[in-house]
Amino acid sequence: MIKLENVYSGYNRTAIIKNIDLTFEEKSITTIIGKNGCGKTTLLRTASNLLKPFQGKVYIVDKDITDMPSKELAKKISFLPQIRSVPNISVYNLVMHGRYPYLGFSRTPQAEDKKIVADAIHKLNLEKLINKNIQQLSGGQRQKVYLAMVLAQDTDIVFLDEPTTYLDINHKLEILEIIKKLKQMGKTVVMVLHDLSNALSYSDRICLMEEGEIVIYDTPQAVYESREIDRVFDIVSAQVAAGEDGSKQYIFCLQ
Amino acid sequence: MNILQESCILKSLNKNSKSYNFTVIAFLLVLLLAAIFLSISIGSVKISFPDIVASIKQADQASETYRIINYVRIPRTIAAVFAGCALSVAGAILQSVLNNSLASPSIIGVNSGAGLFFVLIAAFFPASIYLSTIAAFAGAIVAVFLVYFIAKKTGASRMVIVLAGVAVSSFIGAITDTILTLKPDTVMARAGFIIGGFSGITMDRVAFAGIIILIAFFIALILSYDMNVLALGDESAKSLGLNVIGVRFSSLIIAAVLAGSAISFAGLIGFVGLIVPHASRFLVGHDNRIIIPVSALIGSIFTLLCDLLARVLFAPYEIPVGIIMSFLGGPFFIYLLMKRRRGQLYD
Repeated sequence: MIKLENVYSGYNRTAIIKNIDLTFEEKSITTIIGKNGCGKTTLLRTASNLLKPFQGKVYIVDKDITDMPSKELAKKISFLPQIRSVPNISVYNLVMHGRYPYLGFSRTPQAEDKKIVADAIHKLNLEKLINKNIQQLSGGQRQKVYLAMVLAQDTDIVFLDEPTTYLDINHKLEILEIIKKLKQMGKTVVMVLHDLSNALSYSDRICLMEEGEIVIYDTPQAVYESREIDRVFDIVSAQVAAGEDGSKQYIFCLQ
Repeated sequence: MNILQESCILKSLNKNSKSYNFTVIAFLLVLLLAAIFLSISIGSVKISFPDIVASIKQADQASETYRIINYVRIPRTIAAVFAGCALSVAGAILQSVLNNSLASPSIIGVNSGAGLFFVLIAAFFPASIYLSTIAAFAGAIVAVFLVYFIAKKTGASRMVIVLAGVAVSSFIGAITDTILTLKPDTVMARAGFIIGGFSGITMDRVAFAGIIILIAFFIALILSYDMNVLALGDESAKSLGLNVIGVRFSSLIIAAVLAGSAISFAGLIGFVGLIVPHASRFLVGHDNRIIIPVSALIGSIFTLLCDLLARVLFAPYEIPVGIIMSFLGGPFFIYLLMKRRRGQLYD
């Protein structure tokens, strides 16, 4: 369980997020939404200890994360940033980097590490790519490789910053299905998404932000019915039945 | 996933790359031994292999051959091996941790710092050649600490380090030029230092720097996996539990110690630090665990061969090794660049 208490955080002494009191629900998908610059990524970075809060505390199971050694924290939380370097490295070696927090002084992977990496590669169906250089892969394939690295890191909490941005619709949905699988494995997933329809369809909880503060944190249906999305984004939203199973989709247009 | 599927994945891993890397290292080791032999054997006086062996066994300490080998050729060969190894490994480290293909020891202020301290000694203690050796090493380290201090104050990103290096180098260069203007006698000494070379080198000048280079080289090997993780980008590396700033700065310091040690006895023969890491990546890819030893070997071989050419091309006259390096290295570097068509160079 991860909990933020009265958190103020930002850059260059300017608070981007303010007065955040939030507990992310365990073994579920929470999506943070909001307009550009409202503090979504800052919230994610602060919750994963990549950014130290000016004020307030972040706890994992009642432990202050700033007091935890970095490798111990990396065994509990993984974070996939939106902007990443694309190093010159094979798929297998990149996924193996996910085991970094578990490696000893010699940095030599043990049989257990190799097994977990092979398992992550298998779960994301990347067997045919393992010897490929990631610079040769498409954006969607690359994203899957990074998710395999996160899987190999084997943490209970997974933070993903815009994991579907720049992907075509097929890869976008494939990544979202993988994220669903992460939840089924018992992981707590917290992500930032710009696509509101996907956010509402794939999440158990929605955290809507505006100007660095949380407007509402609730189930997608409750957030939709509050009409706060319409107000914050200055749009009109509607819900439509999409499938025979009664599942719902959301559509949005300008006011 | 069952055991069969796991073993299938592990089996399909490119096992050839490991044996290929060992073959490359073995081949380079043989090449290095050959270059060492040539360096000891060839010069204004040619010495045969049996004479070299006899001399090492101390057959006749009064003989001319013994004195040439022990007081001229061996110190010079060891100096070239250490300088080539140190500068190449320093370049490989810097290109990796700064994610900058053009990085070399000069980019973090090593050359300008060593240059300033060398000129200071030449200006105020002109008789002491040993003091200038230590001063060049100290100057390199001081300049890097200055870059470190500025970069740390402003967030220590890769770009800030490069910019801080440029600013510090420019400032130190201005101080050096001021001293050169006020003390024109130092200009000649500085010219020799800038071009660099191994002529007249003695074992006691190389020994201390050599030990430091060996220690720094092993620390670089220990840091090599962490450098690989750092290549993922600061945020990804940090979220994997890597101490990003710690690894980046320890790598910078190790690079500075390596380059500073080499510069202290060889002068500024820095070009080797720029091209050898590229040649290594061309051969063995981007894993620092293999690039560092391969760069050390290629750097030593290249420097030895350049020094050999410097001695024999216009014998009995000798030209500075830095000039040969630029003549050979420049076109080779252009060849590598031409071969690079959208990332094909290292694949």
